[in-house]
Amino acid sequence: MNHSNDYSLAELLACVASRLLEDNRAVFVGTGLPMIATMLAQRTHAPHILIIFEAGGVGPQVPVLPISVGDSRTFHKAVAASSMHDVMAAAQAGYIDYGFLGAAAMDAYGNLNTTVIGAWERPKVRLPGSGGANDVGSFCWRTLYIMRNQSRRTFVNELDFITTPGWLGGPGEREKAGLPAGCGPYRVITQLGVYGFDEETKRLELLSLHPGVTADEVQANSEFEILIPAELPVTQPPTEEERRVLGEIDPTGMVLGKYQFRPPRS
Amino acid sequence: MSDVIEILAEGQGELLGWRDPDENRAWVRENKPRGLVDKQMSVQEAVARFVRDGDYLALGGFGHIRVPMALVYEIIRQGRRDLAIAGKTAVHDIDVLIGAGCVAKVECAYSFGHELRGLSPAGRRAVESGQVKVVAEISNGGYQWRFLAGMMGIPFIPVRNLMGSDTFGKSSAKQVRDPWSGKPVTLLPAAYPDVALFHVPRCDRYGNAQIDGILVEDFELARAARRVIVTTEEIVAEEEIRREPDRTAIPFYVVDAVCEVPYGAHPTLMPYRYFFDEAHIQEWLTLSKTAEGAQAYFEKYVFGVPDFDAYLEKIGGLRTLAQLKRIEQLRAPMVNGQAEMEARR
Repeated sequence: MNHSNDYSLAELLACVASRLLEDNRAVFVGTGLPMIATMLAQRTHAPHILIIFEAGGVGPQVPVLPISVGDSRTFHKAVAASSMHDVMAAAQAGYIDYGFLGAAAMDAYGNLNTTVIGAWERPKVRLPGSGGANDVGSFCWRTLYIMRNQSRRTFVNELDFITTPGWLGGPGEREKAGLPAGCGPYRVITQLGVYGFDEETKRLELLSLHPGVTADEVQANSEFEILIPAELPVTQPPTEEERRVLGEIDPTGMVLGKYQFRPPRS
Repeated sequence: MSDVIEILAEGQGELLGWRDPDENRAWVRENKPRGLVDKQMSVQEAVARFVRDGDYLALGGFGHIRVPMALVYEIIRQGRRDLAIAGKTAVHDIDVLIGAGCVAKVECAYSFGHELRGLSPAGRRAVESGQVKVVAEISNGGYQWRFLAGMMGIPFIPVRNLMGSDTFGKSSAKQVRDPWSGKPVTLLPAAYPDVALFHVPRCDRYGNAQIDGILVEDFELARAARRVIVTTEEIVAEEEIRREPDRTAIPFYVVDAVCEVPYGAHPTLMPYRYFFDEAHIQEWLTLSKTAEGAQAYFEKYVFGVPDFDAYLEKIGGLRTLAQLKRIEQLRAPMVNGQAEMEARR
């Protein structure tokens, strides 16, 4: 594989997310980077991945990047233009393997806040709320998070509001709360590295460092302690082929160009 | 095992739009039209007759998709106040209504944001200053299931989301122990909005409405709401509906008013017909950064025009609408909203 050197952070995040998606699985997609990552998977290693949009688009052959989760591109040449009840029910019934989420803030257990900063009654910043996030985080077998701004303000000890459940307070807590068994957050991708969740504690654990990033930087950009193994692989950079396909998917840089790049320091 | 279902937890959010199912059945029996009646009227008349101050209102479509904007502008023009809005992924509609001072309360699944276009200046300003109160939280899936319970005439529906989160804590839901599995389960209360508004591509004069593309939650919402106003790109003959009855999403007996309003979803997207007017959305997002700017927008596009046809002239008339049609039909590339907004000035 030819690895590229002058890739952007957005391209790296899209490639990492894309490689996590297995073929012949169903994925709940939103707009932006998750859509790009899924389209990349579809055009490379996962041609039969089933794309589902929460507003009712099922199995589309997306011609150009959709701007909205309900835009007609989300059901272009689809197998069904259905309804939210149909796809949310499918997710609740266990049909959907992957879901993508982002958030303003996350805690060590992968719980997410997209509702308010400050007190709910009189917020300092009012954010959009759950949208489909609580549904995705409750129902999908494996949830993938993309958070491009990992910092002490976004990786926090205590959330102002738990919009979407991660592992709640640790192992078994989701089931105890009544959520469907055996599902939850799987991977977290940030500008610094890729994370999973420790089996024993369900706390965030570093899995790989992006090129040029150190473990110290990872910890310095988190309020909570991250489990960091002694031996760490480096995230595989985008290949020339992946970058070429990304250029086809987002030729004008509508999403990929929007990112505030923070190039990894060497 | 106890013969009483144990309540495990209760959300503290305000319960909007719930009714005793028997009370609603009786209301439906008295008020909903089972005979074929011509319901065509103007948007002015429909809003004047069916939307009242303080109503709990829900709008069809999703985000910037198939949103009944002609009705939204008319509600602003008629000065409705203190509305409670279902923030069921309400984006452009709720933002404009909030900016115009029509809204007092929101039950929020997704509001105050414009997806990839960023956060909403007007919505955020209103909530952060206390002018608009978010009275309850819920999720997108949760909201449409409240309407599903409403359309079924049942008091609540058991679901498996919201649990363990503050979204539940600020919702109007309750949790009980499922008497079969013994596991905790969320009960979402039915929602019966006072009025629901829709924009559709085709409808006959009785209110048989067909939708092209995804239904989102319009199927459930139309059947749960007490009053339903449908605007349509065109009024078609009853025979045209009967030729393809499988495409009817909203049947006449739940509809109270039918208004023919070509391009009635502008600046939002109408599947297969016209794309988002990014330049217009950008103009709103730019102007609504201040209260004065928002006022200027309404002076220009709502109070400054007598009706929706005059509004369509103002946004660029046929030239703009033809361009939006080409983009939607993939015959022209998307435009940059910012650049297009500058160009139109």
